[in-house]
Amino acid sequence: MKYMLIMNTPKDGYTQYMNWPRKVLEANMAFMRTFTRKLGEAGELVDTVGLASPQQAKLVRAGKDGKPVTDGVFPESKEFLAGYWIIDVESPERALAIAAEAAAAPGVPVKAADGSTIDHLWIEVREVMNSVQDMK
Amino acid sequence: MTSPGGDHRIDLLLRDLAPQVLGVVVRRCRDFAASEDAVQEALIAATDQWPREGVPEHPRGWLVRVALRRVTDTVRSDISRRKREAVAADELPLAIAPVMSDESDIDPNDSLVLLFMCCHPSLTSASAIALTLRAVGGLTTAEIAKAFLVPESTIGQRISRAKQSIKSSAVPFQMPDAGESVDRLSSVLHVLYLIFSEGYTASSGAELQRTDLSGEAIRLTRQVRRLLPENPDVAGLLALMLLTDARRLARTGPNGELIPLDEQDRSLWHRRAIEEGVALVSEALARGSVGEYQVQAAIAAVHDEAARVEDTDWPQVQALYEMLIRLTDSPLARLNHAIAAAMVEGPLAGLRLLEPLESDERLRNSHRLDAVRAHLLERAGQREKAVELYRVAAAKTTSLPERNYLLRKAGDG
Repeated sequence: MKYMLIMNTPKDGYTQYMNWPRKVLEANMAFMRTFTRKLGEAGELVDTVGLASPQQAKLVRAGKDGKPVTDGVFPESKEFLAGYWIIDVESPERALAIAAEAAAAPGVPVKAADGSTIDHLWIEVREVMNSVQDMK
Repeated sequence: MTSPGGDHRIDLLLRDLAPQVLGVVVRRCRDFAASEDAVQEALIAATDQWPREGVPEHPRGWLVRVALRRVTDTVRSDISRRKREAVAADELPLAIAPVMSDESDIDPNDSLVLLFMCCHPSLTSASAIALTLRAVGGLTTAEIAKAFLVPESTIGQRISRAKQSIKSSAVPFQMPDAGESVDRLSSVLHVLYLIFSEGYTASSGAELQRTDLSGEAIRLTRQVRRLLPENPDVAGLLALMLLTDARRLARTGPNGELIPLDEQDRSLWHRRAIEEGVALVSEALARGSVGEYQVQAAIAAVHDEAARVEDTDWPQVQALYEMLIRLTDSPLARLNHAIAAAMVEGPLAGLRLLEPLESDERLRNSHRLDAVRAHLLERAGQREKAVELYRVAAAKTTSLPERNYLLRKAGDG
C-alpha cells in the first residue's frame, strides 16, 4: 500500500529555517539525506520531492481569455506544502512508524502564522488512492 | 523479459528456461545471489541477441554457459581485488569447469526448489514477490517495477535485501524436509496469490500498460501444479485464479469503471478457463481435503456456472461461505456470507448477520461494511439510509474505481 508523507510549513517557514543555528541546520539536512537513503535501501521509497519556498508561490486563476491571472492573495493562516515522500509499505502501522522517524528530524520550533510556537516538523500521512483489488 | 523485436515466442521460451538455468547455475557454484544476477544478465543478453541471430540450437545450454561465464568473471575480479591474499586457483568455483551437454544436469524440481527459496517465510512479502518474479518468473527488474508502479531502484533494493536474508538465514538449495514442507508450500501459495491479486485490478488509463501479473501468477501456479499434481491446495489456488481471471473482460467498463458480478455481461466470460477451473476444483474437493483456496474456488465456480445472475445457486454460496468462515475467520468472508444469506432468506436476514461485525476491529476503517449494509438496505426498500451509507463508504475507500461505483449507486434511482 502506498502512502504520501507530507511536510507542511508556514509561509515564512523557509526563512525561519535559514536562520537556525548552523549546526542544527546541518544536522537537519544530514538527517533528511540519511532518512531518504534508508527508505530507498529498504525498498520502500517510491518518490520524494522538496518544493521551493512558498514565498515564491503564485495563486493562479483563469482569466476571461483563458490566460493566467496571478493576483491572488493567500490567506494569512495558510499552511504550505514543503515536500513529500511517497512510500510503498506492507501495513498502515509501518507508514506511521516511518512518519514518526521523519518527524524526529533535529530542528528548532517555528512560529506559526497565528504567532504561536509549534514543532518545526510534523508529518501528515495520507493513503494514495489505488485500483480495486477484489477477489470476491 | 521483452525483446526489442517483441518476439513473443522468445520471451516465453526465456521465461520458461529462467528457473531451469538458475537451478543448474546455483547447484554448480553454490552462491544463490551471484547466480541469480548472472542468470538475469544471461537472459538480457539472449533478449538482445536471439531475435537478431536466431535461437541457438540448445538455448538452455547457451544460457547456462553465458551465466556461468558471468559468475566466473565476477569471482575472478573479486579474487584479483583480493590478490594480496594469495588466493590459490583451486578456490575458483566449479563454474569454471566446462559445461557439458545440454540436458545432463537439469532437475525438473529446480523451479519448485527456487520457489521455496524465494518465498521463504523469513522474507517480507514485498521482497518475496519481487524475487519470485525475477528468479522464477524470468521478469526483469524494470518489468516488475512497472507492474507495481514503483521505481526500478526500489524493486532492485527489495531483490537484494531478499537475497541478503536468504544468505544470512542459510537456506539450503534443496527441497524442504517433510516436517516443514506444508508450511513452506503455504508461503509459496500465498506469494502466488498476492501476485495474482495485485494483477487483478481494474484496468484504466496508464494501467492498461501494466505487466500481466495475473497471467504470470497463473503460469507459475501451473508450474507448481505440474510438479505437485496431487496437492489439493495447489489445485484449489490454480482453480481460484482461473475462475476469477475468467471474468476479467466483463468486470470493467470502457472507462475503467467497475462492473459488479450481478451486472456483468456473462457472454464475455472466458468459457475454457471456467471449464478448466471447475474441473480442477471438483477434483480437489473430491480428494476430501478442504482448504481455503478450494472453498474460495468453489464459490467462484458456483458464480461462473450460472448462465444468468438469477440462476445463481445462492444456498450453495451461503453454505460455502459458512465453511470459509470456519476455516479463516475472515471478516470479508462474513460480509460475503451476509450477502448470500440475503439472497436466500431476504435482506433483513443479511442485515442481522452484519450486526456483530459493527464492533469488529478489523473492519473499523474499512468501507466494506458500509457498502454491504447500503446494498442490503437498498434491497430492503430503505433507499434513503442506503444512499447515506453508499456515500460514507465512497468517502472511506482508497480505490478510485470503487469510489466511482459507490457514488453511482448513491446517485441511482
